[in-house]
Amino acid sequence: MAWTTLWRALRRGHATEPAAPLDEDLTQALAARLHRASIAKLGRSLTIRQVDPGSCNGCELEIAMLGSVVYDLERFGLRFAASPRYADVLLVTGPVTRNMEDALLRTWRATPDPKFVIAVGDCAIDGGVFKGSPALLGGVDAALPVDAIIRGCPPSPTAILDVLCALIEAHAPDRPAAR
Amino acid sequence: MTVRALLQAAPALPCHPVPRRLLSGAAWAEFAAALATDPSLDLRALWADPTHVHALLVDPADGSLHLASVAVESGLYTALSPARPAAAWFERMIRDLWGHTAADGLDLRPWLDHGAWTASPPLAARPSPNVAAPDLKEFLPVEGADLHRILVGPVHAGIIEPGHFHFTCDGETVVRLEIRLGYLHKGTLGLLRGKSPRTAARFAARLSGDSTVAHSIAFARAAEAACQATIPPRATALRAVMAELERLANHLGDIGAIVNDAAFPLLQSRFVWQREAVLRASDAAFGHRLMMDLVIPGGVASDITPDGAGIILSVLEGLEAEWPRLLASHAGSASLQDRTRTTGHLDPQLAARFAPGGVIGRASGRNQDCRLHPGYPPYDGMTLGAITRQDGDVEARIQVRMAEVMASIALLRQLLATLPELAPNAVLAERLQGVTAEGIGWAEGFRGDIWHWLRIEGGLIAHAFLCDPSWRQWPLLEAAVIGNIVADFPLCNKSFNCSYSGVDL
Ligand code: SF4
Repeated sequence: MAWTTLWRALRRGHATEPAAPLDEDLTQALAARLHRASIAKLGRSLTIRQVDPGSCNGCELEIAMLGSVVYDLERFGLRFAASPRYADVLLVTGPVTRNMEDALLRTWRATPDPKFVIAVGDCAIDGGVFKGSPALLGGVDAALPVDAIIRGCPPSPTAILDVLCALIEAHAPDRPAAR
Repeated sequence: MTVRALLQAAPALPCHPVPRRLLSGAAWAEFAAALATDPSLDLRALWADPTHVHALLVDPADGSLHLASVAVESGLYTALSPARPAAAWFERMIRDLWGHTAADGLDLRPWLDHGAWTASPPLAARPSPNVAAPDLKEFLPVEGADLHRILVGPVHAGIIEPGHFHFTCDGETVVRLEIRLGYLHKGTLGLLRGKSPRTAARFAARLSGDSTVAHSIAFARAAEAACQATIPPRATALRAVMAELERLANHLGDIGAIVNDAAFPLLQSRFVWQREAVLRASDAAFGHRLMMDLVIPGGVASDITPDGAGIILSVLEGLEAEWPRLLASHAGSASLQDRTRTTGHLDPQLAARFAPGGVIGRASGRNQDCRLHPGYPPYDGMTLGAITRQDGDVEARIQVRMAEVMASIALLRQLLATLPELAPNAVLAERLQGVTAEGIGWAEGFRGDIWHWLRIEGGLIAHAFLCDPSWRQWPLLEAAVIGNIVADFPLCNKSFNCSYSGVDL
């Protein structure tokens, strides 16, 4: 019985019809809608990986406050990731010690392109008070290309949040500001 | 001879407020042996300069201090680690920074030197260019067929400092943890050299940012002790106001972080909200959320703002009003208690051998708080009780923090109600002009007792050591996690909350 069914199906050929030619206009319209949706949904989102290659931990304290109920950075589409593999932004604090150079570079390499590097705090900018110590490589730019800096020792959570939100706006220029 | 008799017999070198005893090589060897049988003195710090090794011992009963030194001969001194295992990390650090080797030390592997420096040992009289990288892959051996390893760091998953954790596990259970630090080594001790205490205070303020006030107080007190200066009573009181605000902010953050790791973010959000309120009050009262650079040798950098006291008091009121609800929510949640009780148990006897101080020591029954023993102004004139628990688990460490939050509120109210009149800071620069002097200063930070030692020559710092309590606490974390499941490590770790930057120097 099964053999007869199989034989008949083979003789009849495919029941599924070939796809109709694409309607170019419809495709274009759909693509445009998808792009807008992705900017609206994904373009307003940045995933952040924080790296400390030498900080005194003051900068981390303030960055950690961003995740608290007071600043709630997730409402702006920002979130902290546990791995650089899903990060768009590296928030780097502190000077770069010689002992952390390798780990910092590996973290940077593990971050997919395009990526932004933000040097957070005076130490990250140029070594801060530790500038000139032989145990250091220098500020973050001594190891990596830096896209933005945030001054302060440490910068306040508000100052850090302002720059991150500005980065989101730059990502999605045609959207009204969320705040 | 006993430890005390050996110290008494040695010549006293000038250091304030206690002299430094210079032991001969033979006396130091006898001293090292005597430490094994005499538990009445804690080893609180061990450090060096290019020619000598120094130890700080404290009698936990009355807080009396003893400083002991020995000259290094042909690069060697007798190790203290066989008698006091807490000395092992210090001995590794001394070898990496000054090149002195602890003869018969328990552990001679490199510590801060990861082979990346251009010259080493960096604080030796003549560092040489770094040629061979030390072997950092060398971890303690483990034996057993079914054991596996979990390697974490130096870059961790959370927003915390870098360090490498090397777990050996039997299924879910941790059988050994080995911690490797040094990643944050910024050369802080080297940066202090050749600077006036006033200039160098910025480095002490940044040894560990979360304890910036407490480290700044210990540093300022060491400089003031060296030149025997007295600071105005208002400065002393304001330092204590800042120190208690710092303790409050950190304890609130820590309790929140621990309960969050037990999957209780609701409670964490309230603790962190209160922490933010304290940081804002600190900003309003002193102009900086963490109060960095506000304690300086000679006094304080600025007075409290006119409405500062009022803002602090209203934050304390808000915290106190919510406190019973936070406590009830913590104590009444069976799922939370299930995670925190018996977890990360630190044996009181082991704690006694390491003298960890702070919340860690007090949660394992040790009455160690340097505001009480040896004490320092203004606490010596205030009501301040010891807060201890006996259980030694994560829950005990939460409870000590909770009790200390209330104690800090009471201290802040006393301090703010009795602020002395404004008076100018003591000027150290004049007293230090061209002098040679030595001092040791201490302060109780939120982690425990901090000790700073300064040797000043020609008015400038010649040698220094800044000792964070984490030196004596990290090794105990290695012990406390044994027998716990891997998933409880974050709870154990957060309940300890040791400083990375503070010990990486
Ligand atoms: S900028 Fe200031 S707070 Fe940040 S790491 Fe440097 S010293 Fe610490």
